[in-house]
Amino acid sequence: MAFIRLFWVFLKIGAFSFGGGYAMLPLIEEEVVHIHRWLSSVEFVDIIAISQMSPGPIAINAATFIGFRQLGVIGSIVATTGVVFASFFLVTTLAHFIIKYKNAPFIEGVFSGIRPAVIGLISAACVSLFQTSVVDMKGFAIGLIVLAILYKSKLHPIGIIMLSGVMGIVIYSF
Amino acid sequence: MKEYFKLFSIFFRVGAFTFGGGYAMIPIIQKEIVESHQLIDEQDFLDIIAVSQSLPGPVAVNTAVFVGYKLKGIFGAIAGLLGTVLPSLLVILLLAVFYNNIKDITAIQLFFQGVRPAIVALILMSALKLSKSISKTSFNISIILFAFIAVALLKVHPIPVVVLCAVAGLIHRKKEGEHGLH
Repeated sequence: MAFIRLFWVFLKIGAFSFGGGYAMLPLIEEEVVHIHRWLSSVEFVDIIAISQMSPGPIAINAATFIGFRQLGVIGSIVATTGVVFASFFLVTTLAHFIIKYKNAPFIEGVFSGIRPAVIGLISAACVSLFQTSVVDMKGFAIGLIVLAILYKSKLHPIGIIMLSGVMGIVIYSF
Repeated sequence: MKEYFKLFSIFFRVGAFTFGGGYAMIPIIQKEIVESHQLIDEQDFLDIIAVSQSLPGPVAVNTAVFVGYKLKGIFGAIAGLLGTVLPSLLVILLLAVFYNNIKDITAIQLFFQGVRPAIVALILMSALKLSKSISKTSFNISIILFAFIAVALLKVHPIPVVVLCAVAGLIHRKKEGEHGLH
């Protein structure tokens, strides 16, 4: 029963949190801290800290961590499956129709408006990320160096991430 | 089987290096799927980001499922999903076990202090590259500006912005049709 409840709670979180990332936090907090009391408020903040030190979507990280704490490794798999369950069905269903009717005038019209909007959305994400991620001149310098490298070379983003991390350790140690 | 493994391994890398929220995976997917392997063109990639952003759930997961489905059907979607989720699952399990020992290691924190500004630069370059795939018509430029201002300055949620822009696209196409243009 505990497994079913874990699955159900994370299914709800996955199905009702729009916008990804930090937009999912209030719903996760409500379910796991206030309703089910699986975590204290302090532990919840710890999870956010852990998510900032580890890769992947914050909802997946929270699901894995809470699932593990509640019911071990199987619990972490159950909670993570729950959180991606709705995504999987909604995305494959919608993708099916979008690919099938790609050339229908309606779909073409819709995406002719959405495509430029996405450029605007990504640029907007840059602005808000800049505000939270670039907190001092050292960070600003790292950002500028990375821009220069990206402009001059075709270094893979993973290479950039590793390099900037090392720069962080070097620059912030002094 | 080989192709499913390729999808899995691409999204495993995406999952393993997505730091700092859903948009951080855009530069890596762009590099792997659009540029290096040329599995999807930039216009389709923009469509996929829009849909992934508008549906519930983590954006990185939605994108992986959509790309996987588009390339290899339902099993491709599963391969993309597993690839994206597995790195998080493994890393978090390790962290959950050793959390009290690593919580305070300053080197890790400094590493991420360096990574965060780099992610901003990476996403900025992605936006610039993707903007090249769109023709510079006055309609497109006004939509880009509208979406940017609404989300960045007026703090409107992205979903109503996407819906409005979709409607604008429909109306615009219809008017073009009436004028006999394509």
